[in-house]
Amino acid sequence: MPALGADMEAGTLVEWLIKPGDKVKRGDVVAVVETQKGAIEVETFNEGIVSELVVPIGTKVPVGSLIARIGAPGEIAPERPVAAVPQPVPQPRPTPLPAAPPRPGRADVRITPAARRRASELGIDPATLSGTGVDGAVSIADVEAAARRPAAPTAPAAPLRRIGFNAAEMRKAIATAMGRSKREIPHYYLSQTIDLGAALAWLTAFNDAQPVPNRLLPAVILLKATALALREVPQLNGTYVDGEFRPGPGIHIGWAISLRGGGLVAPAILDADMRPLTELMAMMRDLVQRARAGGLRSSELGSATVTITSLGDRGAETVFGIIYPPQVALIGFGGIAVRPWVVDGRVEPRPLVTVSLAGDHRASDGHVGGLLLNAIERLLQEPEKL
Amino acid sequence: MSGSAPVTYREACRQALRDALLSDSKTFLMGEDIGRYGGCYAVTKGLIDEFGEERVRDTPLSESAYVGAGIGAALVGMRPIVEIMTVNFSLLALDQIVNNAATIPHMSGGQFAVPLVIRIATGGGRRVAAQHSHSLEGWYAHIPGLRILAPAVLEDARYMLAAALADPNPVLIFEHVMLYNIEGALDPAVTGVDIDHAKVRRQGSDVSLIAYGNGLIKALAAAETLAGDGISAEVIDLRVLRPLDTVTILASVAKTRRCVIVDEGWKSGSLSAEIGMRIAEEGFFDLDAPLRRVCGREVPMPYAAHLEDAALPQPADIAAAARGLVRPA
Amino acid sequence: MSARVHLDHDHVRHLLRQMIRIRHFESKCVELYQAQKILGFLHLYDGEEAVSVGVMEALSPEDAVVATYREHGQAIARGIGMDVLMAEMLGKQEGCCRGRGGSMHIFDRESRFYGGNAIVGGGLPLAVGIALGDKMEGRPAVTTCFFGDGAVDEGEFHESMNLASLWKLPVLFVCENNLYAMGMALARAEAETDLARKAAAYRMPGVAVDGMDVVAVEGAARNAVEQVRAGGGPQFLECRTYRFRAHSMFDAQLYRAKDEVETWRKKGPIGRFQDWLMKNGLIREEEVHRIEADADAEIEKAVAFAESGTLEPVEELEKFVTMNQVPA
Repeated sequence: MPALGADMEAGTLVEWLIKPGDKVKRGDVVAVVETQKGAIEVETFNEGIVSELVVPIGTKVPVGSLIARIGAPGEIAPERPVAAVPQPVPQPRPTPLPAAPPRPGRADVRITPAARRRASELGIDPATLSGTGVDGAVSIADVEAAARRPAAPTAPAAPLRRIGFNAAEMRKAIATAMGRSKREIPHYYLSQTIDLGAALAWLTAFNDAQPVPNRLLPAVILLKATALALREVPQLNGTYVDGEFRPGPGIHIGWAISLRGGGLVAPAILDADMRPLTELMAMMRDLVQRARAGGLRSSELGSATVTITSLGDRGAETVFGIIYPPQVALIGFGGIAVRPWVVDGRVEPRPLVTVSLAGDHRASDGHVGGLLLNAIERLLQEPEKL
Repeated sequence: MSGSAPVTYREACRQALRDALLSDSKTFLMGEDIGRYGGCYAVTKGLIDEFGEERVRDTPLSESAYVGAGIGAALVGMRPIVEIMTVNFSLLALDQIVNNAATIPHMSGGQFAVPLVIRIATGGGRRVAAQHSHSLEGWYAHIPGLRILAPAVLEDARYMLAAALADPNPVLIFEHVMLYNIEGALDPAVTGVDIDHAKVRRQGSDVSLIAYGNGLIKALAAAETLAGDGISAEVIDLRVLRPLDTVTILASVAKTRRCVIVDEGWKSGSLSAEIGMRIAEEGFFDLDAPLRRVCGREVPMPYAAHLEDAALPQPADIAAAARGLVRPA
Repeated sequence: MSARVHLDHDHVRHLLRQMIRIRHFESKCVELYQAQKILGFLHLYDGEEAVSVGVMEALSPEDAVVATYREHGQAIARGIGMDVLMAEMLGKQEGCCRGRGGSMHIFDRESRFYGGNAIVGGGLPLAVGIALGDKMEGRPAVTTCFFGDGAVDEGEFHESMNLASLWKLPVLFVCENNLYAMGMALARAEAETDLARKAAAYRMPGVAVDGMDVVAVEGAARNAVEQVRAGGGPQFLECRTYRFRAHSMFDAQLYRAKDEVETWRKKGPIGRFQDWLMKNGLIREEEVHRIEADADAEIEKAVAFAESGTLEPVEELEKFVTMNQVPA
C-alpha cells in the first residue's frame, strides 16, 4: 500500500484493475484505493507479470503493506500449467511494490486509550496534538486543551457525503497534517505585494488569440513564475527528512485545490518549470476536475516538492500558509485586486497580488525566502518569457 | 464492651474469634500454639481459658493434617477456624487447601460444602527473613473455590470473620503481621462488614492507588504525601482478593484514569498482574496513563533492616509512581 | 479368623456376591474404557475385592468412609448404586457427582462416602477431621479411611496417624497394601515394610491381615471397629493384597514379573473363597452362576441407565465451584 501523502496511514482496496497473469509496466494504474482523501488510483512502479493479488477487495491495510506481487520479466510463470506433464511451476520471485517512502518525523501517535476516546468524541485527530503525558503521550488533558483552542477556519462540511469522499475523514487528514506541521515546523513568513499589470495585460492579449478551451487563467502565470523562481532558489524546493533538507528531484508543484464539499487536496504538477503555460493550464483543469471527482492518482499525491495555494479572485488579501510536511515551503497568492500603487512617483490603480512565503526555518532562512519572492516578482514582470 | 474504646487490630481479631465461639457451638479453633502459648501473634491469647482445650485446640506441627482435619470437620457440619502461623508454613498444607478444600464441593457435584475458615499471618517487615515474611496470598487468590480476604483496617479485623463463617465455602483470611499493633476506635454503629466488595478508603480524582493489607496503610500514607503536592489520590482497599471486586476497581480507574497497584508480593505472576490485566481488559479506554505497579522486589526477603525496607514497597515509592503518572517530567 | 463372623449361608453368599459384583462391574468398565466411553484414568480393584467387602461388613450406615482413587470396589461395597456409579464414569449428569468427579472422585452423601481422592495420602487428614467433627458432636460414628501402601510414604500419613491417636479420634485406618505404589515396589520405598508395625509409633493398635481372605478381613475389621466405637481411639489395619491388573489402563507393568502376578492370582479372593465355600458345602455351583448372572444383569441395567443419561449443560460448568449454602 503506497503512501499517498504524509497523513495517510491506511487505505482500503476498493478495486483491482489487474489480475494475476497481467503484464504491467511502470505507471500502469493497478488498483483503486479508498483513503481519507477519497478514491485514488494506484500506479505501479514495476514492470512484470502480476503473480498474486495479496489484499482482497474491501480490505483496509496500513501503508507499507504488501498488496500485490509482480514477478520480474523473464520469470514469467506459464499461463496455464501443462496438464499432461505435471511439473513444478516455477515460483515467480515476488517483487513487492516499492516500499512507502519513509514518512519523516512521523511516529505513531503515542496517546492514552482514554485520550484517544475523548479525541474521537470531540472530533479531534490525535495526530494533531502534542503530548504532555507520561512518556510524552497525548493525554486527556492535551485533547481537552486542544478542544478549547479556537478551531481553524474551515469550509463548512458538506451536508452530504459523496461517494469517494468523506468530509469528516478528510478534515481529520488535514488536521493531522497541519497539526503536525504546526507542531514540528518552525515557520517563518514573508510577503511581498506585486504589480500584476504587465502579466494580466499579456494574458489578455494571449487569450484573445486563443480558442476558449486554451485560454489561460492568471493562476497559471503565478504557478509558472513560481516554478521558475524555485529553479533560482532551490533551497525552498524539496523536503526536510531525518533532520536534513533534501532538494526535490524536480520542481513538482503541489497545487492546492479546495473541494466543494469542504477540504483540500494538493496534487502535484510534475516538473512545472519545464512545461509551457498551455500545458500547465490543461493539467490544472484536469487536476481540479479529477480532484473534485475523486479520481486522483497516487503519484500525484505523494510527489510534490512545494505547494502553492492561490486564493483566486474572491480570496483574501494575504495567505499565511502552513507548510505541508515534509515540504519546506508554501507559497500563497492572495486575491488579485486593483489598488493604489506608486508607479514612477505617481499613485496609480494597479492590479496587485500579495505573494507570501511560509518557510521552514530548519531548511532555510528569511534571506533565501526573500530571494524567492523577489524572483517571482521579477518573473511576473516579463510574462512573455514564462 | 464499649465500642468506642481503642482496640488494636490484634484485639479486634480476638474479639471476632470470641464472638464466633460464643455464638456457634460448632465453631472451634485449631492451630499451632493457639492455646496455652496464646498464639504466635497473641491473637488467641486467653481464649483457651474461656473455652477450653476442646474448642481451642493446640495442634502438633502438622499443617497438612490439621488443615485437612479442619476440612474434614467442615465436611461434617462443623465450623472450624484454623490458624496457620505464617503463610510460608501454609505451603505444608497446600495440598489440603488446593486439592481438597477448593475442589470437593465441585468434584462431588455439590453434595458437600467446606465451610472452613483459615487464618494466616502474612507479610514482611518484622525482620524475620525469607521463611516468615512473604506475601503469598496472591497464589491462593488464583484458586477457584476459595474466598481470600485481607483485612487491613480494624473494622475488617473485627467483622470479616463472622462473614467468613457464614460463607459455606472455604475462606482464607490473611492478617498482615505489621497490622496487629495498629490501634483505633471501632465505630459502634458498625456491626458487620461484607466480604464481597473492595472499599474506597480515601476519595481522590487524579490517580487510584489499589492496595490491600499493609500495602493499604502505605498507600494511604502516600496519598497524604501526594495531597501535599496537590495530587488527589483515591485509595482502594481491595479487602477481598478473590473474588476480585472488579467493579469498584474499574469505577475508580474510570474516575481517575490513572492507577498504581501496590502489592507487597513479587511482581511476576502476581495479584497485581491480575488486577492490571483486568483493568486492561475491561477499563482500557478509561486509562489516561500506563498502569503502574509498586511491588515487592524479586528477592527472598532479606533479614537486614535496610535490605528488607528496600525489598518492600514504601510510601515514597508509591507516591513517586503516582506522581510520575499525574505529573510526568 | 474371627469367630464373630457368622458364616451362615446368607452371609457367605452375600460376601461372594459383593466381590463378584465388583469384579464384573470393573470388567464392564474395561470394555467401556476400550470403547472410549470411560475416559481418563481407570484404576481397577481386580484382586483386592476382599478388602473393601470385608471392611464394609464391619461398618454401620452412620459411619463415614474416605476412599482412594481405586475406589470402585469401596463404593460398591459401601452400597452406592451401580447405576449412579456407572453414570458418573460415563460423565453424565445422573452420575453421583454429576460428571464432575469421574472414576477417581466418587462421592456419595447418603452413604457418607467422602470421596475417592486422587492425591495419595490426601484423604487421611480429611478422615481425621471427619472423625473429629463426629466426635465433637457426639455422633457414635467411625470414619474408615482407605489408602494404599504408597500413602504410607507420605508425610500426611504420619501427621494424620499422630493427630488421630493424639486426640483419640474414631478412625479406622485401612491400608490396602498391594505391594506397589504404581510401579514402586514397597521394598524399594519403605525402610520398614511391615506396615502394621508403624502404628506403634503413634501408640495405635496395628494389625496385619491377609487381604485376599474376605472372612479374615471382615473379622479383623469388626474387631478394630468395635474398639474404635468403644472410644479407644484409632486403629490401623493393614490388608495384604495384590493388584492383578495394571496400575491404571496404560501400564506395561515393567516393574513386576508375569509369574509374580500368576502366583498371586492363584490366591485370588473370589476363586479362593468360592472354592472354599463349595468344598464345605456352603454354596452350590448353580448359586454361583445365579449370582454372576444377577450381577451381570445389574451391570447391564447400570450401563443402560448411564448410556441413556444426559450431559450436564455446559452452562452449569461453574456450578458448585462455590456453594450457596451448606447442604442440609
